[in-house]
Amino acid sequence: MKLIYLLIITVLLAVCSLFVGVENVSFSALWNLDEEAWNIVLISRLPRMLSIVMAGTSLGICGLIMQQLTQNKFVSPTTAGTMDWARLGILVSLLVFTDASPIWKMCIAAAFALFGTLLFMGILQRLKQKDTIFIPLVGIMLGNVVSSIATFFALKFDLVQNMSSWLQGDFSLIMEGRYELLYISVPLLIIAFLFANMFTVAGMGEDFATNLGLPYKYVVNVGLIIVAIITAVVILTVGVIPFLGLIVPNIVSIYRGDNLKNSIWHTAVLGASFLLVCDIAGRLIIYPYEISVGLMVGVIGTGIFLYMLLRRKAYA
Amino acid sequence: MLKRKIILLILIALGLAGLYLFIHMNLQAMEYLLRTRLEKILAMFLCAVSIGVSTVVFQTITQNRILTPSIMGLDSVYMFIQTIVVFLFGSGTFVILQSDAYFFVTILLMVGFAFGLYQLLFRRGENKLFLLLLVGLVLGTFFSSLSSFMQMIIDPNEFLLIQDSMFASFTDVNTDLLLVSAVIIIALCIYIFRYRHYFDVMSIGRDHAVNLGVPYEKIVKRMFLVIAVLVAVSTALVGPITFLGLLTANLAREFLQTFRHTYLLIAASLLSVIALLGGQLIVERIFSFSTPISVIINFVGGIYFIYLLVKESKKI
Amino acid sequence: MIVAEKLSKFFGSKKVIQDVSVEVKRGAITSFIGPNGAGKSTLLSMVSRLLKQDDGIVYLDGKDVHKQKSKDLAKTIAILRQSNVVQMRLTVRELVSFGRFPYSSGRLTAEDEQKVSEAIAYVNLEELEDKYLNELSGGQKQRAFIAMVLAQDTEYILLDEPLNNLDMKHAVQMMKLLRKLVEDFGKTILLVIHDINFASVYSDRIVAMKDGQIVAEGPTEDIIQSDVLKSIYDLDIDVHNISCNRICVYF
Repeated sequence: MKLIYLLIITVLLAVCSLFVGVENVSFSALWNLDEEAWNIVLISRLPRMLSIVMAGTSLGICGLIMQQLTQNKFVSPTTAGTMDWARLGILVSLLVFTDASPIWKMCIAAAFALFGTLLFMGILQRLKQKDTIFIPLVGIMLGNVVSSIATFFALKFDLVQNMSSWLQGDFSLIMEGRYELLYISVPLLIIAFLFANMFTVAGMGEDFATNLGLPYKYVVNVGLIIVAIITAVVILTVGVIPFLGLIVPNIVSIYRGDNLKNSIWHTAVLGASFLLVCDIAGRLIIYPYEISVGLMVGVIGTGIFLYMLLRRKAYA
Repeated sequence: MLKRKIILLILIALGLAGLYLFIHMNLQAMEYLLRTRLEKILAMFLCAVSIGVSTVVFQTITQNRILTPSIMGLDSVYMFIQTIVVFLFGSGTFVILQSDAYFFVTILLMVGFAFGLYQLLFRRGENKLFLLLLVGLVLGTFFSSLSSFMQMIIDPNEFLLIQDSMFASFTDVNTDLLLVSAVIIIALCIYIFRYRHYFDVMSIGRDHAVNLGVPYEKIVKRMFLVIAVLVAVSTALVGPITFLGLLTANLAREFLQTFRHTYLLIAASLLSVIALLGGQLIVERIFSFSTPISVIINFVGGIYFIYLLVKESKKI
Repeated sequence: MIVAEKLSKFFGSKKVIQDVSVEVKRGAITSFIGPNGAGKSTLLSMVSRLLKQDDGIVYLDGKDVHKQKSKDLAKTIAILRQSNVVQMRLTVRELVSFGRFPYSSGRLTAEDEQKVSEAIAYVNLEELEDKYLNELSGGQKQRAFIAMVLAQDTEYILLDEPLNNLDMKHAVQMMKLLRKLVEDFGKTILLVIHDINFASVYSDRIVAMKDGQIVAEGPTEDIIQSDVLKSIYDLDIDVHNISCNRICVYF
């Protein structure tokens, strides 16, 4: 598939996304400069669309970076526990710094996510058993541990139901003024694109990378910091979107191969369009109510992930 | 030496049981208090034995010390069932949750889930235990995201009902079910105990075990199902305690420093009894029931898991 | 007697063993030689039922290996594979005792203990028998595993590269010990071995494999010939007679 077709599809989906919702917004109303229609679009629909595109793109890239760094197709923010650490971070920021600004919350969440991911990478390097399946198993268990620690605190401070809402990625509350934090991901993505090739080399291992004259630690750290901040930002503004970072890069690698140079653009665009599809479907299925995007991605993502796992021999 | 350590554990367990039975005894209500406390102790004992035994066996058949049967996804299935019931029946749920039929239906569904996994993966020929676990874990995530979606739209008062069942607790165990559970759990444990010498051989690796005439694959498959039933019964009885087994099975290995399952199985059960009794004492006397015991045990067990990963990862 | 008939094994779509038929005589040492990836270890694993073949049958004393009870089989045939990593904290004696499992099912009798002691003595590990495995050197560990196989007291012994990790002295000791087992007790030993000079000096028969097939087999002196070895290894190998042994020079 050519990138340009994928882009056109994504743009079409993005436009669709603007017109789907409880309040009817028609194209002609916008054409006639209907003030109410424009308000809806500017205050709610456009922010929603933008945040979906940014979240989808950046989570896809996050997954790609992690898979390159670990050389394991089944590692992603979900299967390495990064998401759970970020959630714990948000919880801590809520408890300790009750009236912290979103930026602060994000910083704390990102710090937790970074710590957790570094821990995972550290464990990974020391593990003898480098079984492709075993590594995500360890990661998910680590994630479960972290969320049970989070539960401990949440329960003490009566935040359990709040916390389960962070479990659910949800765009329905996104509107002007509540999503701008996501813009932080844009410069990070640019850095990710610049570093793309180095991630691949670093993934070959420290000795290999050093031999080629690559500052291994530096590259790995840049990659993980990008992953941590993006994950934290997405969870803070949208909620947890499971498996996206896992399946999108994998789908791309099926039809584009593993050369990062070829696949990174596709991953970015496919991530956005995948999330757009899920969100639009979630809005239409039980119209006028909404199925949260976290659930939609969870359901579709689980299906695709299982399919990949069971058919692993075919391509991995 | 080993026998002495076991005796020590027995004494501690008995001491704690005695303490739990007689602490803050009110002579007027003695009969009532003794009866309810004995029931609780019995529930804890059953739960402890089934979790301790199943985790030790599970770690032996997976050849891995950082795994626990709770990660098969049974916990999530249990939570999902609870959530659906609350979702459908609202505040009338309490009666249903306490009924005997519900108990058996949950067990059946959990065992059915495990059996489905088993059919899906073992029947395809090779022994793909890790794959099976990962698929279980991913399906678990899937069920949790369904549950948390429903939890979000449930009325907060009804949510409290779910929140209660999210955590194991011994405060309101259905006494009718104790006897049935006791029969099932003890029968299965005796069955497992007959294989103890096979487990000894299996712990030195598959190839050696097969060479020594152990029907390895057959035992792994059989034990997988037995473990699933044990976990299902104990979860249906008191609720999920994910990391109890991980904690006590490893403590048993550390404490005894042996491969002999005769001792490991007993010690892990005893340590689980001690953990539950001790935990329950803390919950009742220090936290005055504000924090469920499973949250405390998951907290401690989870931290121990991370410690184990960091410290032992070289050996795994 | 071990008879393999038309064995095949695939890993994925790759054929590792292709229609291999071979007979192994009793009371002799048979060495399997050949370049890396020839399928020697795979063949040994299939003969000993560790690995199930995709096609073909293995007969042990006339009976299909996969149709016998695993436990009975463990009293007739024993195998030791290359990498033996044991995570458990085990002493040498505990490890060797596992060799009696097919007889005792975990409860050792006096006779079992006796056999265990004999096996440990055979590999000269008496002084180390209460040491933990992780305290031993690579060679000592290897000998402990050999002792376990000896304690199993089987008619057939299959060893996959038993000389791994052994220094020259212990390698020679090991081969002499295997020779003695054949001569004293009439055991049948199958070896996968890389050093063709050890194969030449100590084995009765040699089976040479390449690309999943048998390319040559016969008595040792028929195989250790320049032209035969050339066809196996693609390497010019001179064979010299030195004090009644046929020694290959290929440096």
